[in-house]
Amino acid sequence: MTETPKINDFVIRFANVNGTGSASANFLFTKAIYRMGIPVSPKNIFPSNIQGLPTWYEVRVSEKGYLARRDGIDIVVCVNPQSMANDVKSVRSGGYFLYDNTKMLYQQFIREDIHYIGIPLTKLCNEAFTDARQQQLFKNIAYVGALSVLLSIEFNVFEDLLAEQFKGKEKLIPFNIKALNLGADYIKENYNYPLPLRLERRNLIGNKIMVDGNTACGIGAVYAGATVVSWYPITPSTSVIEAFEEYSSKLRKVKESGENKVAIVQAEDELAAIGMVIGANWNGARSFTATSGPGLSLMNEFLGLAYFAEIPAVLIDVQRTGPSTGMPTRTQQSDVLEAAYASHGDTKHILLFPSTPTECFDLTAESFDLAEQLQTPVILLTDLDLGMNDHICEPFNWDNSRKFKRGKVLHAEDLEKIERFGRYLDVDNDGITYRTYPGTHPTKGSYFTRGTSRDEYAVYTEDGAAYERNMRRLSKKWETAKNMVPAPHFYQKENKSKFGIIFFGTSRYACEEAIDIMNNQGVMLDAMRLLSFPFSQQVHDFINSHEQVFVVEQNRDAQLRSLMLIEMNIVPQKLVSILNFDGMPLTAEKVISEVDKVLKKELSQLN
Amino acid sequence: MTYLRPKFRHPELEKNKLGYTINYYEGALSTLCAGCGHDSISAAVVQACYEMNIEPHRVAKLSGIGCSSKTPTYFLSNSHGFNSVHGRMPSVATGANLANKELIYFGMSGDGDSASIGMGQFVHAVRRNLRMIYIVMNNGCYGLTKGQDSATADKGSISKAGSNNRFEAIDMAALALELGADFVAQSFSGDKTQLIPLIKAAINHKGFAFINVISPCVTFNNNVGSTKSYDYVRQHVDATATIDYVPPAAEIRTSYNEGSSKRVTMHDGSYIQLHKLENSWDPQSRQSAMNAIHEARNRNEILTGLLYLNSQTEDLHHTLNTVSQPLNTLNETDLCPSAEALNSINNSFR
Repeated sequence: MTETPKINDFVIRFANVNGTGSASANFLFTKAIYRMGIPVSPKNIFPSNIQGLPTWYEVRVSEKGYLARRDGIDIVVCVNPQSMANDVKSVRSGGYFLYDNTKMLYQQFIREDIHYIGIPLTKLCNEAFTDARQQQLFKNIAYVGALSVLLSIEFNVFEDLLAEQFKGKEKLIPFNIKALNLGADYIKENYNYPLPLRLERRNLIGNKIMVDGNTACGIGAVYAGATVVSWYPITPSTSVIEAFEEYSSKLRKVKESGENKVAIVQAEDELAAIGMVIGANWNGARSFTATSGPGLSLMNEFLGLAYFAEIPAVLIDVQRTGPSTGMPTRTQQSDVLEAAYASHGDTKHILLFPSTPTECFDLTAESFDLAEQLQTPVILLTDLDLGMNDHICEPFNWDNSRKFKRGKVLHAEDLEKIERFGRYLDVDNDGITYRTYPGTHPTKGSYFTRGTSRDEYAVYTEDGAAYERNMRRLSKKWETAKNMVPAPHFYQKENKSKFGIIFFGTSRYACEEAIDIMNNQGVMLDAMRLLSFPFSQQVHDFINSHEQVFVVEQNRDAQLRSLMLIEMNIVPQKLVSILNFDGMPLTAEKVISEVDKVLKKELSQLN
Repeated sequence: MTYLRPKFRHPELEKNKLGYTINYYEGALSTLCAGCGHDSISAAVVQACYEMNIEPHRVAKLSGIGCSSKTPTYFLSNSHGFNSVHGRMPSVATGANLANKELIYFGMSGDGDSASIGMGQFVHAVRRNLRMIYIVMNNGCYGLTKGQDSATADKGSISKAGSNNRFEAIDMAALALELGADFVAQSFSGDKTQLIPLIKAAINHKGFAFINVISPCVTFNNNVGSTKSYDYVRQHVDATATIDYVPPAAEIRTSYNEGSSKRVTMHDGSYIQLHKLENSWDPQSRQSAMNAIHEARNRNEILTGLLYLNSQTEDLHHTLNTVSQPLNTLNETDLCPSAEALNSINNSFR
């Protein structure tokens, strides 16, 4: 069973028990590969639980820079007896199974077609450490040490990383080095190394960073000038607010007094969270909340109010697997329709679809400008995979001369020049009217904000004609928005194929990989990545200029496809769905096989 | 519907210190039923703001849904108003207040809006000690949907349709007191002389100021057998005291008898002078106030007046330690860290 060496191309999965300190050891492993200049992409596959249940961490290493998840696990590191039966099965034929052999492996876990690498992790750590917590914790570091020898990870990279991690707590470093060496020495003494699957230093990362999307959203909101933040804890969105809080406490505190240039409130529920956001925006502060599907359901009523009363609001929805409580710790893109038309009556909302942490940062910042310019809610649809997993991406960028676009707001001096202020008067004929903040002027500019119908001067009315005029103006505003939201990204300057493919958000990784592989096989697809809703003319044109368009999304009901059919004049048969909804991030294999099905059918019809 | 209001005002109508006459504080014509208790409360707000020399545009009026929530239209037309969604006014008020700590926030609510659909938000606004004046216009019924019992209707109270309410009532004042509110008052819409000084003191209070006002529904809950009718309330009201609100450094015009009055001083030196005080009750003791409410309830009486005040209160901005400048006035320079700071953040992810 000797394999030819394969450099920088494998998938490794760690099988741990949650709450045992494996996360930091696994992260150390990933970070070391990143530091060796090799593209790497980790995925946390974790339970909705705090302690004691199986949790996995899957890392893909790809010289070609493919960062999507891929099927076929080359190496499993299993330190969890609970999940061992399935973990053994999950290794591809010819792959490696690394386990703690302090206790003998059950006979039924022995497969003829894989390699077993036993390391007495428990025994080694029990002998080397006296403290029970350390004995447990350093088992994780010890297997990372073993992998460093098996996969040729440069040891000094670990030394650098540990020095950075334990800055100020330097006495912890020798313990970690000792644990790394326990695993490394055992491999050197007992096995041939390195494995045919191994790493070699490259320079493929450049100045890219490795960060999760939720942290990027939190930092984006700090840069965008959010001052009032209200939220209710819910996986997988919680770390958006935690990041916002962390960076606010570093960057928004007055040094001398310790006072905060921000107010963060943990609300009693999602209804109150979005209510506070609306109250603060109404009063001229930039304000946002973050939630996931169940929270979005609860926020519907308020989103309708913000749409109709025309109040800016920024909502970051980190999507998870629905419906209902669904799979709270698995990913999906299944809030598209819910977000697009949230609330009763005729409502529509601006959606933004980031695909990388860099875009999480950029689009979060932009969402505040759009919300204030359009005076309406903007919903950023990210997902658990993007939000909670680390991704290698372009560094964040900010122009110091950038100004916040606060939209059409009249101040006291503006009001002086006006005969009569009409809050809902379409002065500029773009559907966007002027607003005032409370407290602006003693006698001019006050008005009543309400969810009931009103005329152009914000006076309550049940006159059908006035209601209809207002609803039509909101439609006009929607048309204006089409040219303000981020444009789609095209992967070709001009069309090369009669087939097109549309995707958004984290489907990007698998789709880009699939397109690359198919191109190499001579199958050409024109590609468009959506960044926003409403759809602009460009989206329409792309679909119209192809005979068949694949629409890739991570939900059962083809929600994006439905949205396109509702909003644009398209023949339904033109849009072919590629759907992934098992809660795991999409793979290129899946995309390719779905495309192949259609192409094969096409070919057979030709014959 | 009160559809007639003379525009004529006496030319020598008295002006307050800002130079405004009282009509400057009025709002649009009320569309509530003639004789509705809520209109008296609106009028009391107008009077209190006029006498307190408040700039109307420095007030924000917020409400939920229901008859009570319509009232912000009927006072202070130069203030911004926000008629939000049912039971959710407290969260909107919280966001608004956090954005700008310098305005005065009036939350106008009802028993349906606060004791049923909005109970969760009411409770948490009290807990957070949001600085605002929170008035519940409490009539024990749903007026706008034609008279169903509300959660504050007393057990045994008879509705206009003749049905007997079989559920326990939620006592909003006792609840606020229990939740830690530092300003709790109860009044009757028919008692302006008591309500106006209470509103004034509430405006001056540095935290959450709660006033539960029994405000009879003339159309759906003013019948014999109702415990929230004008007649019943007038017969059962037990004023703790008559009340004067005395602004800081103002001269005391009347003299009070020692022993029958109590002075409660507020944070800025203003004070509330209470007369005819029950000897057993201390408005600066939460425990004593709670006892007084329970004892009155046992006597089938509605205790009105200032029930509890802690002037050493600390509001939400204090707890969150926000800067003194309103957050909505901060700009890019104040809020946006530099590109250089972002570079060092980038480096931490390498």
